[in-house]
Amino acid sequence: MKKTKILVVTVFAAIIGLITIAADHIDAPAVSGSSADITDFYAFEGEDSNNLVFVANVQGLLSPSATTAASFSENVMVEFNIDTNDDKVEDLVIQAIPRDGKMYFFGPYSPTTTGLNSTINEMATKSEVAISSSSAIVANQNGMKFFAGPRDDPFFMDFAQYGEIIGGNATGFNSPGSDTFAGTNVMSIVVEVPKSEIGGSGTINTWVEAKSKQ
Amino acid sequence: MKIFKIKYIAIAVASLLMVSCNNDDNMMEETSIDFSGTFVQKDQMGRPAVNTVFVSSDSKDAFNTTIPSQQGAMFQSMFQTNLTGLSPAYANDGDTNALGLDAATFTGLLATDVLNVSLDGTTTFYDGTNVLTGRALADDVITVELLLIFGGEDFSENPSLSNDNVDSNDKEFSDSFPYLASPW
Repeated sequence: MKKTKILVVTVFAAIIGLITIAADHIDAPAVSGSSADITDFYAFEGEDSNNLVFVANVQGLLSPSATTAASFSENVMVEFNIDTNDDKVEDLVIQAIPRDGKMYFFGPYSPTTTGLNSTINEMATKSEVAISSSSAIVANQNGMKFFAGPRDDPFFMDFAQYGEIIGGNATGFNSPGSDTFAGTNVMSIVVEVPKSEIGGSGTINTWVEAKSKQ
Repeated sequence: MKIFKIKYIAIAVASLLMVSCNNDDNMMEETSIDFSGTFVQKDQMGRPAVNTVFVSSDSKDAFNTTIPSQQGAMFQSMFQTNLTGLSPAYANDGDTNALGLDAATFTGLLATDVLNVSLDGTTTFYDGTNVLTGRALADDVITVELLLIFGGEDFSENPSLSNDNVDSNDKEFSDSFPYLASPW
């Protein structure tokens, strides 16, 4: 890449304000730093290949000392959305909400309304797990597995150098790079669910939402 | 620029609704937990770094509160402007990334921010063979995205920008639930 091109890119980036935090870390100004601030979302086949695992991480860049004091807000519901017919609208949800030291899970179930506003159907499959501190407490209920609590942030990137590039102070990444997220924690919610309950086969579309009690 | 200037928002904690029941033995007290109310969307995420990289700073909250079925129509154009502004790999007509997607098609895919997941086998963002069949913990998603943004048709363009040279996490993942490593 020519230097002039770098300058053009840099100026353009500055104009449109491409100041960023990687993955989804802190890109929700309205809820920045709260447990409604999603940092990452993962979905992968479980150790048991009949199952799929969903991971939602919130409240990133926690130092070890900040982790001790971190908690899931009881006003925030984390909702896993599953679209089984490729219309980009959720057909099934799994909802996670904390109460008094436990994380409660509802679903998977078909919600009566979709989109930005959700309610909890208490008649749906209900599970719970005690919120962990440092060692993992795992619950097996209703054919699923559940975890909620602090974990090492699984995300890795030389975000600092990316910022230098976008800011016009560097022309490329370093080799080796430096993991900006090393040594930091997130608040994590992990659910392992049988594939048979979320579409069975084929390809699904999934996304995670953080929703705050009105 | 201070990257790590994080504001912590104090959040009021809802109180539990305790309901005593009329037990004769008065040894048991049943707790009724309040799950009522309407929960309003504040943040959402499908694929990694999409909002971060492609949404202009004053639109991030709007993107987070647009349902996926409407994101394409509302944001594809912004994504394309930001992609072509960011990367010289799409400078010429006909330029594509290694998936064969030109700027319009690639941003059309990304603007609808959902993660595609296969229920039939390998789940990975990209492993050299499978593309967008899920996202595993160890996937080097940033390098994959940098390659698709900067790497051109065969991953060879702009090599200094297409790999951050951080290829793995700082802690080992577990093969068993909950898979993520213990906290620091």
